[in-house]
Amino acid sequence: MSTGNMNLTLKVWRQKNAQSAGKMVTYKAENISPDMSFLEMLDVVNESLILKGDEPIHFDHDCREGICGMCSLYINGRPHGPKRAITTCQLHMRSFHDGETITIEPWRAAAFPVVKDLAVDRSAFDRIQQSGGFVSVNTGGVPDANEIAIPKVIADEAFNSATCIGCGACVAACKNASAMLFVSAKISQLAMLPQGQPERWSRVQAMVAQMDAEGFGSCTNTGACEAECPKEISLTNISRMNNDYFSAKLFREEHVHEHGTSGE
Amino acid sequence: MSEFKQTFNSSLGKKLIMALTGLFLCTFLIVHLGGNLFLFRDDKGYGFNVYANFLAHFPPIEVIAYLLYLCIIVHSIYALVLTINNRSARPVTYVAHNDAPASWSSKNMGILGSILLLFIVIHMGDFWFTYKFNNVLGFKEYKTNLVTGDRTVTDFKPGYADFENSISTEGNNEIVRVKDLHARVVWSFSHLWYVVFYVIAMGAVSFHLVHGFQSAFQTLGWTHRKYTPIVKFIGTWLFAVIIPLGFALMPIVYYIQSLSK
Amino acid sequence: MNLDAKIPAGPLAEKWDKHKFNLKLVNPANKRKYDVIVVGTGLAGASAAASLAELGYNVKAFCFQDSPRRAHSIAAQGGINAAKNYQNDGDSVYRLFYDTIKGGDYRAREGNVYRLAQVSVNIIDQCVAQGVPFAREYGGLLDNRSFGGSQVSRTFYARGQTGQQLLLGAYSALNRQIHLGKVKMYTRTEMLDVVTIDGQAKGIVTRSLTSGKIDTHTGHAVLLCTGGYGNVFYLSTNAAGSNVTAAWRAHKRGALFANPCYTQIHPTCIPVTGSHQSKLTLMSESLRNDGRVWAPKTIAIAEQLRKGTLKADQVKEEDRDYFLERKYPSFGNLVPRDVASRNAKEMVDENRGVGGSGIAVFLDFADAIKRLGQEAVAAKYGNLFDMYYQITNEDPYKQPMRIYPAVHYTMGGLWVDYNLSTNVPGLYALGECNFSDHGANRLGASALMQGLADGYFVIPYTLGDYLATIGPKPVDANHPAFEKTKQEVVTRINTLLALKGTKTVNEYHRDLGHIMWEYCGMARTEEGLTKAKGLIQALRADFWKNAIVVGENEEVNASLEKAGRVADFLELGELMVDDALMRKESCGGHFRLESQTEEGEALRDDEHFTFVGAWEYKGDNQPEELHKEDLNFEFVHLTQRSYK
Repeated sequence: MSTGNMNLTLKVWRQKNAQSAGKMVTYKAENISPDMSFLEMLDVVNESLILKGDEPIHFDHDCREGICGMCSLYINGRPHGPKRAITTCQLHMRSFHDGETITIEPWRAAAFPVVKDLAVDRSAFDRIQQSGGFVSVNTGGVPDANEIAIPKVIADEAFNSATCIGCGACVAACKNASAMLFVSAKISQLAMLPQGQPERWSRVQAMVAQMDAEGFGSCTNTGACEAECPKEISLTNISRMNNDYFSAKLFREEHVHEHGTSGE
Repeated sequence: MSEFKQTFNSSLGKKLIMALTGLFLCTFLIVHLGGNLFLFRDDKGYGFNVYANFLAHFPPIEVIAYLLYLCIIVHSIYALVLTINNRSARPVTYVAHNDAPASWSSKNMGILGSILLLFIVIHMGDFWFTYKFNNVLGFKEYKTNLVTGDRTVTDFKPGYADFENSISTEGNNEIVRVKDLHARVVWSFSHLWYVVFYVIAMGAVSFHLVHGFQSAFQTLGWTHRKYTPIVKFIGTWLFAVIIPLGFALMPIVYYIQSLSK
Repeated sequence: MNLDAKIPAGPLAEKWDKHKFNLKLVNPANKRKYDVIVVGTGLAGASAAASLAELGYNVKAFCFQDSPRRAHSIAAQGGINAAKNYQNDGDSVYRLFYDTIKGGDYRAREGNVYRLAQVSVNIIDQCVAQGVPFAREYGGLLDNRSFGGSQVSRTFYARGQTGQQLLLGAYSALNRQIHLGKVKMYTRTEMLDVVTIDGQAKGIVTRSLTSGKIDTHTGHAVLLCTGGYGNVFYLSTNAAGSNVTAAWRAHKRGALFANPCYTQIHPTCIPVTGSHQSKLTLMSESLRNDGRVWAPKTIAIAEQLRKGTLKADQVKEEDRDYFLERKYPSFGNLVPRDVASRNAKEMVDENRGVGGSGIAVFLDFADAIKRLGQEAVAAKYGNLFDMYYQITNEDPYKQPMRIYPAVHYTMGGLWVDYNLSTNVPGLYALGECNFSDHGANRLGASALMQGLADGYFVIPYTLGDYLATIGPKPVDANHPAFEKTKQEVVTRINTLLALKGTKTVNEYHRDLGHIMWEYCGMARTEEGLTKAKGLIQALRADFWKNAIVVGENEEVNASLEKAGRVADFLELGELMVDDALMRKESCGGHFRLESQTEEGEALRDDEHFTFVGAWEYKGDNQPEELHKEDLNFEFVHLTQRSYK
């Protein structure tokens, strides 16, 4: 063991598939370098499991640089682990100490059923986006990009909302498993930009209806989502969404037939 | 489903109702505290009893009062419905404790609200119900000399069963005969357990509103870089400090006074 | 085999317009009778699927991730080029075309590249209309910055996450079509084979990554938008899941693989820290706008830096060698990627490398911070600096970044003609999956441009021509080819699952990566490549004997997924080595030590190698056959690239 390397105890949720029951299983992670990322630490554990003929711990991951939003672990009671404003793949083992016990669980929400072990099905997010998270323009036939001038302050604010990576940490962090930070960020981005105006009032209605149909909880404004969001999406988005929703529902002509499709 | 029904059945619609009823209850607290400041006047309950009599017999106030009761009921029922929905949104809970950096009160609005509901039931049973529907309260007669301002107080026994109140003048004296709720206050606040219960409940008010007041603005979508700090200031200092403190002082002061009698 | 690129004749600027006019159209009522399969949902796939569905075709889209939004296009940081000339700094379609041809070291087709430059302007319009939040000036109009290999500012960007914002735009267009029922989306589904009937692509075989179910899907055409194969090097800036399987399966069904040895090594990545490392992280090329690359002038100082007895900021100005500025005064730090990478390697080879391992050079922002202030630097690059800090635990505001080249992009890919069709009719390749536009080296901010150009503005026209030719008759799902191909997939899976050896698949992948990096990386030699070929063959043979795969097919099985992908990399690796051996010249990212100028720059051999090398699969463990498509330069004069 080289200097500074750590031995850790992992308590990991194992669940064969969506149908079966799961349980916490304890593993040892030995000789872990503090320079490893959290996922690389799991890679090491998995290599040793495979060599024993055991099934590796399954977890979602892809880009491993904090942008694809695929990694998702709930580490020691916090989505994406103890550090602010990063994803699990950006978490490095130097944030832990030798001998520590680390509890690793999947995101917990009725709308995010477990696929296997630590991976969950977040297709609910896709369905919410499909219900209205777009500007209805076809390819071609659009104006020159500089014909739409957007004040920098608006563009920047819309950008802040657009940085959401759709990882679901907000849902995982919320005591109500509410998806409002995600949904409101998506709605806000387009609601702030001129391109999003024509469908602004129908979009918010459609997306909120789909969000409700997916079985997410509601918002109690605790701010846990904002605190845990790897991209630090602001709670202000939820406020904007609420405002738009009430305006749309109570004072606007646009009507959306509620066709919220439930999860598979 | 009608559009309004649809709206208020949505997760956001339910929150809208929570916010609106909550804010209405907040404004009531200001009025209620204002009136109750009469309790701090050393006038043998004159101001307080006249104020209570006014509230009970001025028709617009009565309408608002029933709106208030409705708000309390709706706020509680919707809170219950939302809590049940929110619980079912996470059927399997986490093993590791969630120490998400959110304020304690924001995460415990349900518990705080339940304490408040219990308090409101007991509080209203003791004062409102007793005042309105019970005949245990006596009457007081306040005779005020309009020239000197001197006031005397005596118990008053009405001549008939459904006597409510009366105001009359005899020469230089104004005679006011009203139900003596003040005596009930003195009696109630002479019991230590009752005082403790009140103080705890006011603590719950404080924690409930430190989150609740500004949260209502967030829910309504009324956030603004310039105004939200003001809302938070009011929510903290007025609703979470001054109002609960004001209410809590009443039982404490009366209890201390009762000890010296 | 005669490789006809189908480049239209005539003046450069008229080729595409003329071609569009000559392409057959499918009438609107008939479009709904065609099914199109799109594999992969990155920029190319999502934009193609959405655009084709808008036209009226029925699209089935597939991705192995849990959502189309996670495709690795999302990780592109710096920006997207377009010849808008909004900055009035002398840009034009022709200049973008010229920069791209030159940047690719004259190994790309003129016709393709010109078209790319032409449609680049439409891409920006399209993205803005979708609500993509590009960076803006205070006046509300779009901002630009500079990228390597050009002297104009034509790169549009969205902070350090242009890829995510563009992909979210394409994803939103895709979502709209899913909502309208024109696209059926299959997530967590991996394509494992192409089904051909009478030499035409008519469908695919997929495996559900959740249930293990093997399915066949029919389509009048199959579009592969499955990205590059950089993960053959094990360590790269690609996502963990990025793989060559779809393209390789197509290759084994007859599609030619062109220029496999053209690999882009990106100069500014965070250096490797240890053997546990699973990926390398890019630091955007945009950093070279303000960051200065340097290495210590002497080995003595480098040694002190490596030991940690001297800090980078303590090195005196006269002891620093800003080697890019010194060698390339006119482009300075913004030379193309292949040039910057090779120079960094040279520093390390001269024992002037820094960092604990000595395999790094510095990217220094001290001057920029002094000139602009820390706040302004943070506003421009804050998220990249944070990313660097998270990984290295070093503060780049105080000490210069340590950077070293890493595998980033693959210019090679499936051979396609001007219509993006492979040599297998009905099988198309878009984006990084094809070989077409970047020659031997891709310029920064051009990958996003090409992916979206292919998907939004090329395939919607060219596919119609093919579909109109074959007619709307439904594909027979009961054709025996489907069952046969499916059985072959099942057999292969069972063979993989039967591997119960002693070495994990990941170890094979890591070993392959070492071989590729060592012998087929930034500098290649005849001797090294020959050695690598033998090593890869031995490794592949060992894999099929001693690898261990656990679990079963009918469940989520990452071990099985990885095994299938690594098995394909083990075959591709050899082809890359073959291609590198065949190409005795140096060009762009392909640097043969035997072929360099006196100053150490890549020396092309235009007389013998002005062609696309397209390889035909001839059976397992058989040598592949090389086909040459000659590159004809009518408009650009081939010269030795110079950025001095």
